[in-house]
Amino acid sequence: MPLDDQHTATISRRTVLHAGAGLLGGAILPSFSLAAFAADDKPAIGTWPAGSQGDTVYIGAAVPLTGAYAVQGADELKGWELAVDHINNGHNLIKAIAPKIDKGLLGKKVELVSADSAAKPNQAVEVEQNFINQNKIILMTGSTSSAVAVALNKFAQREKVLYVAGISGSNDTTGKDCVRYGFRQNFFGQTAAAAIGPVLLKQFGKGKKAAFMTPDYTYGHTVTKSVNDYLTENGGWEMVTNQVSPLGTQDFSQYLTNIANSGAEFLINVNWGRDAVLSTQQAKQFGLLPKMTLVIPYQIPFLAKEVGPEITEGVFAATDFWWTQEDQYPLAKQFVEAFQTKYGYRPEWGAENSYVSFAHWARMVSEAGSFYPPDIIKQYEKGETIPSLLGDVHYRPEDHQCIRPVVIVRGKAKKDMKNDEDFWEVLEVVPGEGLMQKPDAFGCQLGDYT
Amino acid sequence: MINWANFISQCFNGLVTGALLALISSGLTIIYGTLGVLNLAHGAMFMLGGYAGWLAYSYTGSYLAAVAAGSLFVMVVGVVMERLIIRHFYTRPHEDQLLVTFGLGIVFVEAVRFFFGSLSQTVPPPAALAGITNLGFMIYPTYRLALLGIVAVALLVLYFVLYRTRIGMIVRAGIEDSVMVDSLGIDVHRIFMLVFGIGAMAAGFAGIVNAPVVSIAPDVGEAILVQTFVVVVIGGVGSFPGAIIGGLIAGEIISITSMFNPGYSYIMLFVAMTLVLVLRPHGLLGQAGRE
Repeated sequence: MPLDDQHTATISRRTVLHAGAGLLGGAILPSFSLAAFAADDKPAIGTWPAGSQGDTVYIGAAVPLTGAYAVQGADELKGWELAVDHINNGHNLIKAIAPKIDKGLLGKKVELVSADSAAKPNQAVEVEQNFINQNKIILMTGSTSSAVAVALNKFAQREKVLYVAGISGSNDTTGKDCVRYGFRQNFFGQTAAAAIGPVLLKQFGKGKKAAFMTPDYTYGHTVTKSVNDYLTENGGWEMVTNQVSPLGTQDFSQYLTNIANSGAEFLINVNWGRDAVLSTQQAKQFGLLPKMTLVIPYQIPFLAKEVGPEITEGVFAATDFWWTQEDQYPLAKQFVEAFQTKYGYRPEWGAENSYVSFAHWARMVSEAGSFYPPDIIKQYEKGETIPSLLGDVHYRPEDHQCIRPVVIVRGKAKKDMKNDEDFWEVLEVVPGEGLMQKPDAFGCQLGDYT
Repeated sequence: MINWANFISQCFNGLVTGALLALISSGLTIIYGTLGVLNLAHGAMFMLGGYAGWLAYSYTGSYLAAVAAGSLFVMVVGVVMERLIIRHFYTRPHEDQLLVTFGLGIVFVEAVRFFFGSLSQTVPPPAALAGITNLGFMIYPTYRLALLGIVAVALLVLYFVLYRTRIGMIVRAGIEDSVMVDSLGIDVHRIFMLVFGIGAMAAGFAGIVNAPVVSIAPDVGEAILVQTFVVVVIGGVGSFPGAIIGGLIAGEIISITSMFNPGYSYIMLFVAMTLVLVLRPHGLLGQAGRE
């Protein structure tokens, strides 16, 4: 073999080997790089992945079991408990909302841990912080006071742990205080006002004088503003007085005296929980009811039971759900039956909101196939049409508010009640889309995913 | 521009609110003045009176039976509490007394919640006192008017016991100097038990007579406890007349402020308390050196 040929051959072989190695390396390297990139793509965040590495994943609820909202809090807690029970047992109802659930969530048992928040924001945050430390919870819930919902929203965003609101009626929860990590299923001030406003104007006409009773925090102020804005702009109603009381007020005599001297024809009571019970009962004591017409723009679970149908008869209210809707909605019927079997009474809307918000979360997790929070958030933000107890709904990606119907009810007379829980007659189910404000109307800026 | 009809109505509200605060505070101030124990379970005892009365009403349908049951039950609770627990704390630091009475208060509230739930319960006023009375310048719930009289009578009875009986004299002497009373050969421990019982009964009585106005729930005593302390501080710790004056002042401040801006009514109450503490550190009718 000539030298040159040998040289050529040697170089040629090396070149081929190099080229082969290069090609092989080139072929292998991208897959290594991609694998390395995938691991870095989901760095640990919040309680992920630690919270979902065991056989059980935990949810933390900070719920008021004492104070002015204790009654509603206990009802909410039952809704969450039932949802968790259904998730773990693959109940037909939860599967109708989240079809990929099969006795647990992504192969893991779900457990609910809860503690009293007393409807106080600082206590609620403390409770959730403990759950994060001790249980590495992957989801937070709780509220019944929007002050708590707003505080937990901010806490969720800071800790990067998802939060689904319990009862929260303030426009701010998915408005100026919205966060990427927070979601709300239930109706709120704006949608309540837009739903009940036309009913009031149709029933009572224009140019009326109304006295408002408002609890002194975000829920009260935003609901009163929304309702008053609607009635003023569309019906020329006048707010003759707005009596603002601190949460937990027991004696409303001074507020009611001001209302008695205001010339109001309507008493629009935005108070909630025990405050609503006491203010309504005392309005009756002072003779304001039935002289004035009572309106409850944001219905309070158990109000009718506590004050009696003598007071709620003929009263218009907006709500999230009323149990007699089981006659129109098959899923509502399943829910009411399951709840009543387990707890011995028919659920109010706090329990309904709890159940549905957990079912929706479970759907998002199972559809995303991941507990990684940004994956779940993005699943919500697809805005897909999904079932609820009252038909199809969807979450708005811009502010994480569920677009869902608002139910208008009127109090029944005692003689018309078919059983001892048949307090309200459903007048109308108003579709949610037309009730919503523009996504940026309340100043929502969601914040970051990571 | 002041609406005079509203102003007079609010003054009246203040009187009713103040009278009730005076009654609850008098129980608290007697106990503190005599025993030196700041009873943080006083609000819970107010609540217990409401529930005991409500239970009695549920079975008998009688308002009078409800009032008797509410008052006597809480008196018995007070005596038992004093014998079993409180007497062991007389010589211990105030912090321990606060903690033990605070804890007892929680136990009472949660026990009631456990048995009866958190739903509000109502005791209706007697038929003769139901409805509304037209006073000419205003209309007012008849029972609230009656409540003014009921509380006034209760305070008079307390005054009579404290200022016109031998036991009352010993109690007042005990408020001034319990060591001296003891050294005079009077069984001061029996007196202490009695005082705790009377103080508790005042709270229980207030709890049940207030039930037709504010329906009861396990937390009903929580808010009232804070106001009661403010009343005691304004009136002077350990002073029975001070509790009455403090109660009426507090009631009027809350009501009249709310006429202008309800949001400030409780702030004004604390402003008044601060002013009193600055100008008269022992309260309006309190005396220096009194425990």
